Amino acid sequence: MKGNEAIAHAAIRYGVDGYFGYPITPQSEVLETLEAEMPWETTGMVVLQAESEVAAINMVYGGASTGKAVMTSSSSPGVSLKQEGISYIAASELPALIVNVMRGGPGLGTIQPSQADYFQATKGGGHGDYHLIVLSPATVQEMADFVGLGLDLAFKYRTPAMILADGVVGQMMEKVVLPPFRPRRTDEEIALQCPWALTGKHGRDHHNVITSLEMDSVKMEHNNIRFQQTYKTIEENEVRYEEKFTEDADYLIVAFGSVARICLKAIEEAREKGIKIGLLRPITLWPFPFKEIARLSHRVKGILTVELNAGQMIEDVRLADEGHVPVYHFGRMGGMIPNPSEVIDALQSHFPEITIK
Amino acid sequence: MKEEIIIAGFGGQGVLSMGKILAYAGLMDDLEVTWMPAYGPEQRGGTANVTVILSDRSISSPIVDMYDTAVILNQQSLDKFESKVKPGGTLIYDPYGIRHKPTRTDIRVIEVPATEATIEMGNAKTYNMLLLGALLQARPLVPDDAVIRGLKKTLPERHHHLIPLNEQAIAKGKSLVKQ
Repeated sequence: MKGNEAIAHAAIRYGVDGYFGYPITPQSEVLETLEAEMPWETTGMVVLQAESEVAAINMVYGGASTGKAVMTSSSSPGVSLKQEGISYIAASELPALIVNVMRGGPGLGTIQPSQADYFQATKGGGHGDYHLIVLSPATVQEMADFVGLGLDLAFKYRTPAMILADGVVGQMMEKVVLPPFRPRRTDEEIALQCPWALTGKHGRDHHNVITSLEMDSVKMEHNNIRFQQTYKTIEENEVRYEEKFTEDADYLIVAFGSVARICLKAIEEAREKGIKIGLLRPITLWPFPFKEIARLSHRVKGILTVELNAGQMIEDVRLADEGHVPVYHFGRMGGMIPNPSEVIDALQSHFPEITIK
Repeated sequence: MKEEIIIAGFGGQGVLSMGKILAYAGLMDDLEVTWMPAYGPEQRGGTANVTVILSDRSISSPIVDMYDTAVILNQQSLDKFESKVKPGGTLIYDPYGIRHKPTRTDIRVIEVPATEATIEMGNAKTYNMLLLGALLQARPLVPDDAVIRGLKKTLPERHHHLIPLNEQAIAKGKSLVKQ
């Protein structure tokens, strides 16, 4: 099935309580699949096409306030519209899952694949000092798996998580093993697991209040300090990445999402010619695998980042590298996708000492 | 075994669904598969293409620059993809509407008069299955029963009565390829 369809099926199976969305290419199949599956008749999951992306993210905000497992999905221009709501959800310390199947920008741009929302996803996006946990799937299998992982992390840390996919993984089909059905949590389970949630007073001596507003600056700074402590814990515990052929690599490619797979094919071709190149694929774009790239930067002669943008993740790779070896960028923009041969050309042009073809 | 295939033609010719049935046939035969469409506002009349990869090992990139096999259904696609067939590869094309025939001599070029044969069969919707038959005759990538199971998986149940017709089209397509 398609990556977008896998997200929809996984949402039902992971026991999501509510999906709120608005159609936009290249992720419309998420909403379409949910409408076709009609989970409201089986698990009781709510599926709602909102009047706009802004409405959808605020429905997520409301649902998350009650401790329900809720999510939305969109593509780049739609995710820009959601940024205010995402900042409020982060500031209210609520778990939620946001899916961005990126298309080429800026502006309305194109419907073709892109990775140009890396900055938006990993550096804030909305206003204020907050982070999202950002997961980057490279396969249809990960599209399904990260729905569960994203929700689990969101609830564990009470912070929104994002699946930052590109149009390639959204639109392509491949094998996927769907997760077993996990029942939706009962109201009693939610009240027990989420004592902060708006579930009714039920004999408690106080009302729970969910708000991002705090007019007292002393208290607001305390809130910020608490958020930062959460982010620090996440950075310490939740960095995920995949390494391929790095043990003996002379050069390193860093790439995420579908582009990492294109690079892997280029690496396989290079290895046939005896050129040892390795791949590090960050799976969490935030928290970013700084330590792992730093470790590899001491063993290789140079690093190439390949992205569907003008060079965004390269900034984090350079921070990790700390000037140790040269770091170059190769990217296509506006919905264009490089093929493995172009990656090889980029390697050869930045590192003239290697000849692959 | 690893086969990288491009199927390209006009939107509405069944390019994407032919690729989908081939991919599902691979799935039924326990192969690793990827199906990557050139998606867009392509509808009837525009151009459409899909890359299908079948492999007995895990597939890295779903996007490639050279193909083992190309199935070409119009002139634009022939112009674009003839040079992208690997030396020793296979190019299958429908001569209907082709003004400039393929010229390469380092690949196997197979002319399949599928439009003509479809008119003979009397059902335009069998066109892509005819070509799938031709492809599988030239490149026996998956067994016939896997194709039928793939067809069942992709076709909504209300259309399952059309499976025998599709089987006929596949058989007819196979007969159009000379060994």
